[in-house]
Amino acid sequence: MNNRVSILIAAGILASFAVAGTSLVSFTHVATKDRILQNERETLLQSLHALVPPESVDNDMVADVIEVESIDLLGSEQTSVYRGRKLQQPVATVLTSVVPDGYSGPIKLLVAVRYDGTLGGVRVISHRETPGLGDKVEENRSDWIYSFNEKSLDNPSLAKWGVKRDGGYFDQFTGATITPRSIVTAVKNTLLYVRDNKDALYDRQTTEPAAKE
Amino acid sequence: MSDNSIRQLVTDGLWHNNQALVALLGLCPLLAVSNTAINGLGLGLATTAVLVASNSTVSLIRNFVRPEVRLPVFVLVIASFVTAIELGMNAYFHELHKILGIFIPLIVTNCTIIGRAEAFASKNNLWRSLVDGLSVGIGFTLVLIVLGGMRELVGQGTLFDQAHLMFGEVAQGLTLKIEDFPGMLIAILPPGAFIGLGLLIMVKNLIDKRLAEREVATTSYTEEATGATG
Repeated sequence: MNNRVSILIAAGILASFAVAGTSLVSFTHVATKDRILQNERETLLQSLHALVPPESVDNDMVADVIEVESIDLLGSEQTSVYRGRKLQQPVATVLTSVVPDGYSGPIKLLVAVRYDGTLGGVRVISHRETPGLGDKVEENRSDWIYSFNEKSLDNPSLAKWGVKRDGGYFDQFTGATITPRSIVTAVKNTLLYVRDNKDALYDRQTTEPAAKE
Repeated sequence: MSDNSIRQLVTDGLWHNNQALVALLGLCPLLAVSNTAINGLGLGLATTAVLVASNSTVSLIRNFVRPEVRLPVFVLVIASFVTAIELGMNAYFHELHKILGIFIPLIVTNCTIIGRAEAFASKNNLWRSLVDGLSVGIGFTLVLIVLGGMRELVGQGTLFDQAHLMFGEVAQGLTLKIEDFPGMLIAILPPGAFIGLGLLIMVKNLIDKRLAEREVATTSYTEEATGATG
Protein backbone atom coordinates (compact mmCIF):
# COMPACT_ATOMS: atom_id res chain seq x y z
CA MET A 1 0.00 0.00 0.00
CA ASN A 2 2.68 2.41 1.08
CA ASN A 3 4.69 1.34 -1.90
CA ARG A 4 1.86 2.22 -4.26
CA VAL A 5 1.51 5.69 -2.77
CA SER A 6 5.19 6.40 -3.19
CA ILE A 7 5.08 5.30 -6.83
CA LEU A 8 2.13 7.61 -7.40
CA ILE A 9 3.91 10.51 -5.76
CA ALA A 10 7.00 9.90 -7.88
CA ALA A 11 4.86 9.80 -11.02
CA GLY A 12 3.12 12.98 -9.94
CA ILE A 13 6.43 14.77 -9.46
CA LEU A 14 7.69 13.65 -12.84
CA ALA A 15 4.45 14.73 -14.51
CA SER A 16 4.48 18.15 -12.88
CA PHE A 17 8.04 18.73 -14.05
CA ALA A 18 7.05 17.69 -17.55
CA VAL A 19 4.27 20.27 -17.42
CA ALA A 20 6.58 22.95 -16.02
CA GLY A 21 9.27 22.27 -18.61
CA THR A 22 6.81 22.29 -21.48
CA SER A 23 5.29 25.54 -20.25
CA LEU A 24 8.71 27.18 -20.09
CA VAL A 25 9.45 26.10 -23.66
CA SER A 26 6.07 27.14 -25.04
CA PHE A 27 6.22 30.46 -23.22
CA THR A 28 9.64 31.19 -24.75
CA HIS A 29 8.39 30.05 -28.13
CA VAL A 30 5.47 32.45 -28.04
CA ALA A 31 7.67 35.27 -26.78
CA THR A 32 10.33 34.85 -29.47
CA LYS A 33 8.28 33.54 -32.42
CA ASP A 34 7.65 36.86 -34.13
CA ARG A 35 11.19 38.06 -33.68
CA ILE A 36 12.63 34.86 -35.13
CA LEU A 37 10.33 35.04 -38.16
CA GLN A 38 11.29 38.66 -38.60
CA ASN A 39 15.00 37.77 -38.36
CA GLU A 40 14.69 35.06 -40.97
CA ARG A 41 12.81 37.37 -43.27
CA GLU A 42 15.35 40.14 -42.88
CA THR A 43 18.26 37.79 -43.47
CA LEU A 44 16.61 36.56 -46.65
CA LEU A 45 15.75 40.06 -47.81
CA GLN A 46 19.31 41.17 -47.16
CA SER A 47 20.79 38.38 -49.26
CA LEU A 48 18.26 39.02 -52.04
CA HIS A 49 19.03 42.71 -52.08
CA ALA A 50 22.76 42.05 -52.17
CA LEU A 51 22.11 40.59 -55.62
CA VAL A 52 19.21 42.75 -56.77
CA PRO A 53 19.79 46.27 -55.41
CA PRO A 54 16.81 47.54 -53.41
CA GLU A 55 16.50 50.72 -55.53
CA SER A 56 16.03 48.68 -58.71
CA VAL A 57 12.80 47.08 -57.48
CA ASP A 58 9.69 48.38 -55.74
CA ASN A 59 7.95 45.16 -54.72
CA ASP A 60 8.43 42.89 -51.71
CA MET A 61 10.68 40.21 -53.15
CA VAL A 62 10.37 37.91 -50.16
CA ALA A 63 6.61 37.70 -50.65
CA ASP A 64 6.68 37.54 -54.45
CA VAL A 65 7.82 33.94 -54.66
CA ILE A 66 6.87 30.82 -56.61
CA GLU A 67 8.07 27.25 -56.40
CA VAL A 68 9.34 25.52 -59.54
CA GLU A 69 10.70 22.05 -60.18
CA SER A 70 13.52 21.09 -62.52
CA ILE A 71 15.92 18.55 -61.08
CA ASP A 72 18.07 18.47 -64.23
CA LEU A 73 18.79 22.18 -64.39
CA LEU A 74 18.15 23.52 -60.90
CA GLY A 75 19.41 20.57 -58.91
CA SER A 76 16.62 20.00 -56.41
CA GLU A 77 13.00 18.98 -56.27
CA GLN A 78 11.83 22.36 -55.19
CA THR A 79 13.42 25.66 -56.13
CA SER A 80 12.11 28.98 -54.90
CA VAL A 81 12.04 31.81 -57.40
CA TYR A 82 11.91 35.31 -55.89
CA ARG A 83 10.77 37.92 -58.37
CA GLY A 84 11.78 41.55 -58.42
CA ARG A 85 9.67 44.10 -60.31
CA LYS A 86 9.48 47.82 -60.71
CA LEU A 87 6.23 49.51 -61.81
CA GLN A 88 4.88 46.01 -62.60
CA GLN A 89 7.71 45.46 -65.06
CA PRO A 90 9.97 42.41 -64.50
CA VAL A 91 13.46 43.30 -63.26
CA ALA A 92 15.13 40.15 -62.02
CA THR A 93 14.56 36.72 -60.52
CA VAL A 94 16.56 35.09 -57.74
CA LEU A 95 16.62 31.29 -57.77
CA THR A 96 17.67 28.98 -54.95
CA SER A 97 19.61 26.59 -57.18
CA VAL A 98 21.43 23.58 -55.77
CA VAL A 99 24.76 22.26 -57.01
CA PRO A 100 24.15 18.50 -56.82
CA ASP A 101 27.76 17.41 -57.35
CA GLY A 102 29.93 19.42 -54.97
CA TYR A 103 33.11 17.85 -53.65
CA SER A 104 31.36 16.80 -50.44
CA GLY A 105 27.64 17.01 -50.84
CA PRO A 106 25.26 19.51 -52.37
CA ILE A 107 25.99 23.24 -52.37
CA LYS A 108 23.11 25.69 -52.05
CA LEU A 109 23.25 28.83 -54.18
CA LEU A 110 21.33 32.02 -54.72
CA VAL A 111 21.48 32.97 -58.40
CA ALA A 112 20.11 36.33 -59.51
CA VAL A 113 19.23 36.59 -63.20
CA ARG A 114 18.12 39.92 -64.65
CA TYR A 115 15.33 40.12 -67.19
CA ASP A 116 17.85 40.70 -70.00
CA GLY A 117 19.59 37.40 -69.15
CA THR A 118 22.67 38.79 -67.39
CA LEU A 119 23.62 37.65 -63.93
CA GLY A 120 23.05 40.02 -61.04
CA GLY A 121 25.36 37.81 -59.03
CA VAL A 122 25.72 34.45 -57.34
CA ARG A 123 26.16 33.61 -53.64
CA VAL A 124 26.86 30.37 -51.82
CA ILE A 125 24.32 29.89 -49.04
CA SER A 126 25.59 26.65 -47.55
CA HIS A 127 28.20 24.05 -48.39
CA ARG A 128 30.42 21.41 -46.83
CA GLU A 129 33.50 21.90 -49.02
CA THR A 130 36.99 21.47 -47.56
CA PRO A 131 37.97 24.40 -45.33
CA GLY A 132 40.89 26.29 -46.86
CA LEU A 133 40.43 24.79 -50.33
CA GLY A 134 36.90 24.53 -51.67
CA ASP A 135 35.49 27.11 -49.28
CA LYS A 136 37.03 29.95 -51.32
CA VAL A 137 33.64 30.04 -53.04
CA GLU A 138 32.35 31.87 -49.95
CA GLU A 139 31.99 35.59 -50.37
CA ASN A 140 34.08 36.46 -47.31
CA ARG A 141 36.97 34.15 -48.20
CA SER A 142 37.75 35.21 -51.75
CA ASP A 143 36.13 37.28 -54.47
CA TRP A 144 35.90 34.37 -56.88
CA ILE A 145 32.11 34.32 -56.63
CA TYR A 146 32.02 37.90 -58.00
CA SER A 147 33.45 36.62 -61.29
CA PHE A 148 29.87 35.72 -62.25
CA ASN A 149 28.66 39.31 -62.00
CA GLU A 150 27.33 40.69 -65.30
CA LYS A 151 27.99 37.41 -67.13
CA SER A 152 25.40 35.80 -69.39
CA LEU A 153 25.06 32.90 -71.78
CA ASP A 154 26.66 35.02 -74.56
CA ASN A 155 29.42 36.39 -72.34
CA PRO A 156 31.40 34.19 -72.20
CA SER A 157 29.97 32.06 -74.98
CA LEU A 158 28.18 28.87 -73.98
CA ALA A 159 31.20 26.70 -74.83
CA LYS A 160 33.38 28.79 -72.52
CA TRP A 161 31.16 28.18 -69.47
CA GLY A 162 33.68 26.04 -67.60
CA VAL A 163 36.83 26.38 -65.52
CA LYS A 164 40.16 27.23 -67.17
CA ARG A 165 41.48 23.71 -66.75
CA ASP A 166 38.62 22.50 -68.99
CA GLY A 167 39.31 25.27 -71.50
CA GLY A 168 36.63 27.53 -70.06
CA TYR A 169 36.58 31.11 -68.89
CA PHE A 170 36.37 30.84 -65.07
CA ASP A 171 39.28 30.43 -62.63
CA GLN A 172 39.69 27.34 -60.51
CA PHE A 173 41.56 27.26 -57.18
CA THR A 174 44.92 25.66 -56.50
CA GLY A 175 44.07 22.27 -55.08
CA ALA A 176 40.35 22.52 -55.70
CA THR A 177 38.91 22.19 -59.18
CA ILE A 178 35.81 20.14 -58.50
CA THR A 179 34.00 22.77 -56.45
CA PRO A 180 34.37 25.67 -58.95
CA ARG A 181 33.67 23.35 -61.88
CA SER A 182 30.39 22.14 -60.42
CA ILE A 183 29.30 25.63 -59.43
CA VAL A 184 30.02 27.02 -62.91
CA THR A 185 27.94 24.21 -64.42
CA ALA A 186 25.08 24.82 -61.99
CA VAL A 187 25.03 28.55 -62.73
CA LYS A 188 25.05 27.84 -66.48
CA ASN A 189 22.13 25.42 -66.04
CA THR A 190 20.21 28.00 -64.04
CA LEU A 191 20.74 30.53 -66.84
CA LEU A 192 19.51 27.99 -69.38
CA TYR A 193 16.42 27.32 -67.29
CA VAL A 194 15.64 31.01 -66.92
CA ARG A 195 16.14 31.58 -70.68
CA ASP A 196 13.67 28.80 -71.52
CA ASN A 197 11.08 29.86 -68.95
CA LYS A 198 11.66 33.57 -68.96
CA ASP A 199 8.17 35.02 -69.06
CA ALA A 200 6.48 32.11 -67.33
CA LEU A 201 8.65 32.78 -64.28
CA TYR A 202 7.35 36.33 -63.98
CA ASP A 203 3.75 35.70 -65.00
CA ARG A 204 2.85 32.88 -62.67
CA GLN A 205 0.82 34.00 -59.70
CA THR A 206 2.22 33.57 -56.24
CA THR A 207 0.51 30.31 -55.39
CA GLU A 208 0.77 29.84 -51.66
CA PRO A 209 1.06 33.03 -49.67
CA ALA A 210 -0.50 31.16 -46.75
CA ALA A 211 2.05 28.37 -46.92
CA LYS A 212 4.64 30.64 -45.38
CA GLU A 213 2.71 30.65 -42.15
CA MET B 1 29.86 27.64 4.57
CA SER B 2 32.86 29.91 4.72
CA ASP B 3 34.37 32.19 2.13
CA ASN B 4 37.10 29.68 1.88
CA SER B 5 34.88 26.94 0.54
CA ILE B 6 33.38 29.31 -2.03
CA ARG B 7 36.88 30.16 -3.20
CA GLN B 8 37.56 26.44 -3.35
CA LEU B 9 34.48 26.01 -5.58
CA VAL B 10 35.62 28.74 -7.94
CA THR B 11 39.18 27.49 -8.31
CA ASP B 12 37.92 23.93 -8.75
CA GLY B 13 35.56 24.97 -11.53
CA LEU B 14 38.09 27.16 -13.29
CA TRP B 15 41.23 25.12 -12.83
CA HIS B 16 41.67 22.07 -10.58
CA ASN B 17 38.57 20.29 -11.79
CA ASN B 18 38.12 22.06 -15.12
CA GLN B 19 35.51 19.97 -16.90
CA ALA B 20 37.18 20.24 -20.28
CA LEU B 21 40.81 19.78 -19.26
CA VAL B 22 40.53 17.43 -16.29
CA ALA B 23 37.22 15.63 -16.52
CA LEU B 24 37.31 15.67 -20.35
CA LEU B 25 33.54 16.03 -20.39
CA GLY B 26 31.60 17.75 -23.14
CA LEU B 27 34.09 16.86 -25.83
CA CYS B 28 31.48 16.80 -28.58
CA PRO B 29 30.69 20.54 -28.51
CA LEU B 30 34.22 21.38 -27.33
CA LEU B 31 35.93 19.84 -30.34
CA ALA B 32 33.30 20.69 -32.92
CA VAL B 33 32.75 24.36 -32.18
CA SER B 34 36.24 25.49 -31.19
CA ASN B 35 37.29 26.47 -34.72
CA THR B 36 37.22 30.19 -33.94
CA ALA B 37 37.43 32.09 -30.67
CA ILE B 38 34.06 33.76 -31.23
CA ASN B 39 32.27 30.48 -31.92
CA GLY B 40 33.82 29.12 -28.74
CA LEU B 41 32.73 32.17 -26.76
CA GLY B 42 29.15 31.88 -28.09
CA LEU B 43 28.77 28.22 -27.26
CA GLY B 44 30.59 28.68 -23.94
CA LEU B 45 28.21 31.42 -22.83
CA ALA B 46 25.18 29.35 -23.85
CA THR B 47 26.55 26.38 -21.91
CA THR B 48 27.25 28.56 -18.88
CA ALA B 49 23.72 29.94 -18.95
CA VAL B 50 22.28 26.42 -19.06
CA LEU B 51 24.60 25.28 -16.26
CA VAL B 52 23.67 28.13 -13.95
CA ALA B 53 19.95 27.73 -14.62
CA SER B 54 19.96 23.95 -14.29
CA ASN B 55 22.21 23.88 -11.22
CA SER B 56 20.03 26.43 -9.43
CA THR B 57 16.79 24.65 -10.32
CA VAL B 58 18.11 21.24 -9.37
CA SER B 59 19.37 22.62 -6.08
CA LEU B 60 15.98 24.19 -5.30
CA ILE B 61 14.07 21.00 -5.99
CA ARG B 62 16.64 18.60 -4.50
CA ASN B 63 14.66 17.93 -1.33
CA PHE B 64 11.36 16.87 -2.78
CA VAL B 65 12.35 15.05 -5.95
CA ARG B 66 12.42 11.36 -5.10
CA PRO B 67 15.62 9.54 -5.88
CA GLU B 68 13.92 7.09 -8.26
CA VAL B 69 12.76 9.83 -10.66
CA ARG B 70 15.73 12.11 -10.00
CA LEU B 71 17.55 11.64 -13.30
CA PRO B 72 14.53 12.00 -15.62
CA VAL B 73 13.56 15.20 -13.79
CA PHE B 74 17.10 16.60 -14.18
CA VAL B 75 17.09 15.75 -17.88
CA LEU B 76 13.71 17.44 -18.28
CA VAL B 77 14.94 20.57 -16.53
CA ILE B 78 18.11 20.73 -18.63
CA ALA B 79 16.32 20.06 -21.91
CA SER B 80 13.75 22.78 -21.23
CA PHE B 81 16.43 25.34 -20.45
CA VAL B 82 18.44 24.42 -23.52
CA THR B 83 15.42 24.79 -25.79
CA ALA B 84 14.48 28.12 -24.22
CA ILE B 85 18.03 29.44 -24.60
CA GLU B 86 18.19 28.23 -28.18
CA LEU B 87 15.00 30.10 -29.03
CA GLY B 88 16.35 33.18 -27.28
CA MET B 89 19.59 33.06 -29.25
CA ASN B 90 17.71 32.62 -32.47
CA ALA B 91 15.72 35.74 -31.64
CA TYR B 92 18.50 37.98 -30.34
CA PHE B 93 21.75 36.68 -31.86
CA HIS B 94 20.41 35.42 -35.16
CA GLU B 95 23.69 35.46 -37.09
CA LEU B 96 25.57 33.60 -34.38
CA HIS B 97 22.71 31.16 -34.11
CA LYS B 98 23.07 30.41 -37.82
CA ILE B 99 26.69 29.36 -37.24
CA LEU B 100 26.27 27.49 -33.96
CA GLY B 101 22.82 26.25 -35.00
CA ILE B 102 23.03 22.51 -34.71
CA PHE B 103 25.34 22.55 -31.70
CA ILE B 104 23.03 24.41 -29.35
CA PRO B 105 20.53 21.54 -28.93
CA LEU B 106 23.56 19.30 -28.38
CA ILE B 107 24.26 21.17 -25.13
CA VAL B 108 21.70 18.75 -23.70
CA THR B 109 24.13 15.92 -24.33
CA ASN B 110 27.03 17.78 -22.69
CA CYS B 111 27.78 15.43 -19.80
CA THR B 112 29.15 18.32 -17.77
CA ILE B 113 25.67 19.63 -17.17
CA ILE B 114 23.94 16.47 -15.96
CA GLY B 115 27.20 15.65 -14.18
CA ARG B 116 27.14 18.85 -12.14
CA ALA B 117 23.41 18.49 -11.49
CA GLU B 118 23.79 14.96 -10.16
CA ALA B 119 27.15 15.22 -8.42
CA PHE B 120 26.90 18.70 -6.98
CA ALA B 121 23.65 20.61 -7.20
CA SER B 122 21.48 17.76 -5.91
CA LYS B 123 23.51 17.77 -2.67
CA ASN B 124 24.18 21.47 -2.10
CA ASN B 125 22.23 24.63 -1.39
CA LEU B 126 21.19 27.21 -3.96
CA TRP B 127 24.05 29.66 -3.45
CA ARG B 128 26.79 27.04 -3.66
CA SER B 129 25.19 25.39 -6.70
CA LEU B 130 24.93 28.73 -8.45
CA VAL B 131 28.59 29.53 -7.82
CA ASP B 132 29.56 26.04 -8.93
CA GLY B 133 27.54 26.31 -12.15
CA LEU B 134 29.01 29.70 -12.92
CA SER B 135 32.64 28.73 -12.30
CA VAL B 136 32.40 25.40 -14.10
CA GLY B 137 30.71 27.17 -17.02
CA ILE B 138 33.32 29.91 -17.19
CA GLY B 139 36.10 27.33 -16.95
CA PHE B 140 34.58 25.50 -19.91
CA THR B 141 34.13 28.77 -21.82
CA LEU B 142 37.75 29.80 -21.26
CA VAL B 143 39.01 26.51 -22.68
CA LEU B 144 36.71 26.94 -25.69
CA ILE B 145 37.99 30.48 -26.31
CA VAL B 146 41.67 29.58 -25.94
CA LEU B 147 41.34 26.47 -28.09
CA GLY B 148 39.28 28.38 -30.65
CA GLY B 149 41.77 31.24 -30.71
CA MET B 150 44.69 28.85 -31.20
CA ARG B 151 43.03 26.97 -34.04
CA GLU B 152 41.89 30.17 -35.70
CA LEU B 153 45.31 31.79 -35.48
CA VAL B 154 47.22 28.79 -36.81
CA GLY B 155 44.58 27.72 -39.27
CA GLN B 156 43.57 30.93 -41.00
CA GLY B 157 45.73 33.65 -39.45
CA THR B 158 42.93 35.59 -37.75
CA LEU B 159 41.87 36.19 -34.19
CA PHE B 160 38.33 37.11 -33.12
CA ASP B 161 37.12 36.74 -36.69
CA GLN B 162 33.42 37.69 -37.02
CA ALA B 163 33.42 39.36 -33.62
CA HIS B 164 30.61 41.60 -34.89
CA LEU B 165 28.19 38.66 -34.70
CA MET B 166 28.57 38.75 -30.94
CA PHE B 167 29.21 42.39 -30.11
CA GLY B 168 27.69 44.36 -32.98
CA GLU B 169 29.40 46.44 -35.63
CA VAL B 170 31.67 48.28 -33.16
CA ALA B 171 33.59 45.05 -32.69
CA GLN B 172 34.76 44.94 -36.30
CA GLY B 173 38.03 46.51 -35.11
CA LEU B 174 38.56 43.66 -32.68
CA THR B 175 39.35 41.24 -35.47
CA LEU B 176 43.07 40.74 -35.99
CA LYS B 177 44.33 39.43 -39.27
CA ILE B 178 47.80 38.40 -40.35
CA GLU B 179 48.03 39.48 -43.97
CA ASP B 180 49.13 36.91 -46.55
CA PHE B 181 49.16 34.11 -44.01
CA PRO B 182 48.48 30.89 -45.89
CA GLY B 183 47.18 29.07 -42.79
CA MET B 184 47.71 25.52 -41.68
CA LEU B 185 44.60 23.70 -42.71
CA ILE B 186 44.98 20.94 -40.12
CA ALA B 187 44.25 23.33 -37.26
CA ILE B 188 40.76 24.04 -38.62
CA LEU B 189 39.98 20.42 -39.42
CA PRO B 190 38.88 18.02 -36.64
CA PRO B 191 42.40 16.64 -35.94
CA GLY B 192 43.45 20.17 -35.05
CA ALA B 193 40.90 20.17 -32.25
CA PHE B 194 42.33 17.00 -30.72
CA ILE B 195 45.92 18.21 -31.08
CA GLY B 196 45.05 21.59 -29.62
CA LEU B 197 43.19 20.09 -26.67
CA GLY B 198 46.12 17.73 -26.05
CA LEU B 199 48.52 20.67 -25.98
CA LEU B 200 46.28 22.57 -23.56
CA ILE B 201 46.12 19.56 -21.21
CA MET B 202 49.89 19.26 -21.41
CA VAL B 203 50.35 22.93 -20.50
CA LYS B 204 47.93 22.59 -17.59
CA ASN B 205 49.70 19.52 -16.23
CA LEU B 206 53.09 21.22 -16.58
CA ILE B 207 51.88 24.22 -14.61
CA ASP B 208 50.33 21.98 -11.95
CA LYS B 209 53.59 20.06 -11.64
CA ARG B 210 55.57 23.28 -11.25
CA LEU B 211 53.17 24.48 -8.57
CA ALA B 212 53.33 21.18 -6.72
CA GLU B 213 57.13 21.18 -6.81
CA ARG B 214 57.27 24.69 -5.46
CA GLU B 215 54.85 23.76 -2.71
CA VAL B 216 56.94 20.76 -1.74
CA ALA B 217 60.01 22.98 -1.74
CA THR B 218 58.42 25.53 0.57
CA THR B 219 57.01 22.91 2.91
CA SER B 220 60.30 21.08 3.25
CA TYR B 221 61.99 24.41 3.82
CA THR B 222 59.55 25.22 6.61
CA GLU B 223 59.93 21.77 8.05
CA GLU B 224 63.66 22.18 8.17
CA ALA B 225 63.31 25.53 9.87
CA THR B 226 60.86 24.25 12.42
CA GLY B 227 62.22 20.73 12.43
CA ALA B 228 63.24 20.84 16.04
CA THR B 229 59.69 21.16 17.20
CA GLY B 230 58.56 18.23 15.00
